[in-house]
Amino acid sequence: MEILNNLILGFSVAVSPMHLLYALVGVMLGTLIGVLPGVGPVATIAMLLPITFNLSPIAALIMLAGIYYGAQYGGSTTAILVNLPGESASVVTCLDGYQMARQGRAGPALATAAVGSFFAGCVATLIIAVAAPPLAEVALKFGPAEYFSLMVLGLVAATVLAHGSLIKAIAMVVFGLLLGLIGTDVNSGVLRFTFDIPELSDGIGFVVVAMGMFGTAEIIANLEQGEKREVFTARVGRLMPTREDIRRAIPAVLRGTALGSFLGILPGGGALLSSFGAYTVEKKLSKHPEQFGKGAIEGVAGPEAANNAGAQTSFIPMLTLGIPGNAVMALMIGALMIQGIAPGPQVMNEKPELFWGLIASMWIGNAFLVILNLPLIGMWIKLLTVPYRYLYPAILVFMSIGVFSLSNNPWDVLIMAIFGVLGYVCVKLECEPAPMILGFILGPLMEENLRRAMLLSRGDPMTFVTKPISAGFIIASVILLLIVALPAIRKKRDEAFVEQKT
Amino acid sequence: MKAKIKGPKDFWAGLMFIGFGGFFMIWALSHYQMGSAVRMGPAYFPTVLGGLLVFLGILVLIESFAMAGPPVPRFMFRPLILISAACVLYGYLMKPLGLVLATGVLIFVAAFGGHEFKWKEVTILYVVLVVFSLLVFVKGLTLPFPICPAFIENCPIR
Repeated sequence: MEILNNLILGFSVAVSPMHLLYALVGVMLGTLIGVLPGVGPVATIAMLLPITFNLSPIAALIMLAGIYYGAQYGGSTTAILVNLPGESASVVTCLDGYQMARQGRAGPALATAAVGSFFAGCVATLIIAVAAPPLAEVALKFGPAEYFSLMVLGLVAATVLAHGSLIKAIAMVVFGLLLGLIGTDVNSGVLRFTFDIPELSDGIGFVVVAMGMFGTAEIIANLEQGEKREVFTARVGRLMPTREDIRRAIPAVLRGTALGSFLGILPGGGALLSSFGAYTVEKKLSKHPEQFGKGAIEGVAGPEAANNAGAQTSFIPMLTLGIPGNAVMALMIGALMIQGIAPGPQVMNEKPELFWGLIASMWIGNAFLVILNLPLIGMWIKLLTVPYRYLYPAILVFMSIGVFSLSNNPWDVLIMAIFGVLGYVCVKLECEPAPMILGFILGPLMEENLRRAMLLSRGDPMTFVTKPISAGFIIASVILLLIVALPAIRKKRDEAFVEQKT
Repeated sequence: MKAKIKGPKDFWAGLMFIGFGGFFMIWALSHYQMGSAVRMGPAYFPTVLGGLLVFLGILVLIESFAMAGPPVPRFMFRPLILISAACVLYGYLMKPLGLVLATGVLIFVAAFGGHEFKWKEVTILYVVLVVFSLLVFVKGLTLPFPICPAFIENCPIR
C-alpha cells in the first residue's frame, strides 16, 4: 500500500496547474525536436538547462523528462510518414512504418505507435514505482568500493553499446574521464590542468561540453551534407487499425514493453537500444519474417513500445543510484545539481515529492502525447518543410544564449565552440561522443570513490573484488567486455549495427 | 618496407588519443604530487588514466595498420570555421554591443556558413529571432543581458 500512497503523493504534485503546464511544454517541445531531424533530445535538454535555473526542481525535471520521451513520439511520426527518423531511436520504425504508409496504412501505423507507446509508458511508470524504492534501499548500503565498481560497469556498458570500434569507445570514455578532472581537486585543493586560467578552476561545465559535442558539431556536420530534404507527405487516412492488425500488434507491444523496460534499466541502455532490440526479437519470433521491411505491423508496434519503455526505465539508475545510464540522464543529473540537489539514493527519502511527482508526471505526459499527437500530426508534418537554413541559425542563437547565461561569461561560449570543433573531428574519425560525455560526468565521482575506497582498504586494490556486491559489478563488466571482444559475437554485433543504420 | 596505413580514420584517432593521454600524464606527473595508493595525490588518477589512454591509442594505431577502413572524409572548413566563429563572436560581443547587434553578427556569420545566402531571407530571420529573444529571454525569463551597445546611454528598447 505504500506504493499507492506514494503514487497518490506523486499525482497530487503532478496535477498542480504549473506542473501540468511544464509537462505539456516538455512533451510538445520533445515532439517538436523529435520531428525535426538534426535536433536531438540531448542538444535540446542541454539548451534548456540554463533556463531551468529559474524553475523549481520538480518543474525542471518534469519538463526535461517530457522532452526525452516526447522526442520518441515525434521521431516515430516522421519515421512513418516521410521515412525520416527524426530521432535516432526511431530508425527502426522507418523500416516497416514507412512501408505501411506507402501502402496507404499510415493511419493504423501511427495509431499503433501512439497507443503502443502509451501502454509501454504506463507499464514503465509502474515499474519505476515498484522497482526504484528497493533499489535505492540497497544503494544506501553502497560504500565507495561498490560505487566505483558500479561506475566501471556503467562505463563498460556504454562502450559496449556504442557503434563501431570497442577500443575507440573505451578510449573516448577515458578521454572524457580525464577532461572531467580539470579544475580544483576536491581532496587536496590543488588546481589541476587549469593553466592559470581562472575560469577553469571550477572545471569545464558539463552543459558547455554537451552543447559543443552534440550541438554545434551536429550543425557543422549537417551543413556539409547539403539541403536534400524532400518531403513526400503520405496521406494519413483512417486511423483505426483492422482487427487483424490489432491481433498482431498486441503481443508485439507486450514483448516490446517487457524488453524495453529491461534494457532501459541497464547502464548504457535507453530508447535506442530498446527499439533496435525489439525489432530483432519481433523478426525472430514472427511466423512471417519475410513481411518485415515490407510493412509488418509488429515491426512498428514492438520497437515503438520498447523505445518508450526504455526511455522511461532509464530513469531508474539515475533516480536511485545517481548514476546516469546515457547522455540524457547525465543531463538530468546536471539539472539536479544546478538545483543544489545531490543525486543519489537519498533523493527518494529526502525529496519524495520530487521523485514521485516526476513519476506521476511521466504518466500524465504520456497521456498528453496520445491526446495531442494524433490530431496535431498535420502541424508536425508542416514543420518538416521548414528548410534547415532557417533552422540552424535559430538553434545557434538559442544555444549561445543558453550557454552565455550560465555565468554571463563569453568564456563558456568559447569552450562550447572548441568542443564543437572537437566533436566534428570525432565525427570524422568515427569516435562516438556519447561515451565521452558519460566519462566526463563520472570522472570526478569515480576519482573520489576510488580514493576513498583505497584509503579504507589501506591501499589494497583487492577491496574491489573481495566485497561481494562490488565483485559482482566487476565480474559483470568483464563478462560484457569479453562477449564483445570475442570475434564471433563481435561480427554479429557489427552486423546488428549495420542493419540498424540502413 | 614502409608499413602501409590501411585505416586512416583509426590512424588519426590513435594519434589523437596518444597525444591527449600523453599530455595529461606528463603534465600531471610534472606539476602535481603522485602520493601513494593509500593516499592518492592529485597526480595519481590522471596519470593512470593518461597512461591508459596512451595505451588504447597505441592499440588503435596498430589496428590502423592491420585493418582496412574508409578514408577520413574531407573536412569542410567553411561551416566549421564560420559556425564556430559565429558563436564565439556572439559571446564576446554581447557585453560591448548588446543582444540586438550580437544576435545580428551571429546570424549573418552563421548564414554565410550555409549553402545559400540570401540577404532578404537572413534579414527576416534575424528580425524574427531578435524579437523572439527579447520577448522570451529578456522579458519572459528576465536574463540580465545588455540589449543596446554599451556606448548608447538611453536604450530605446526596454
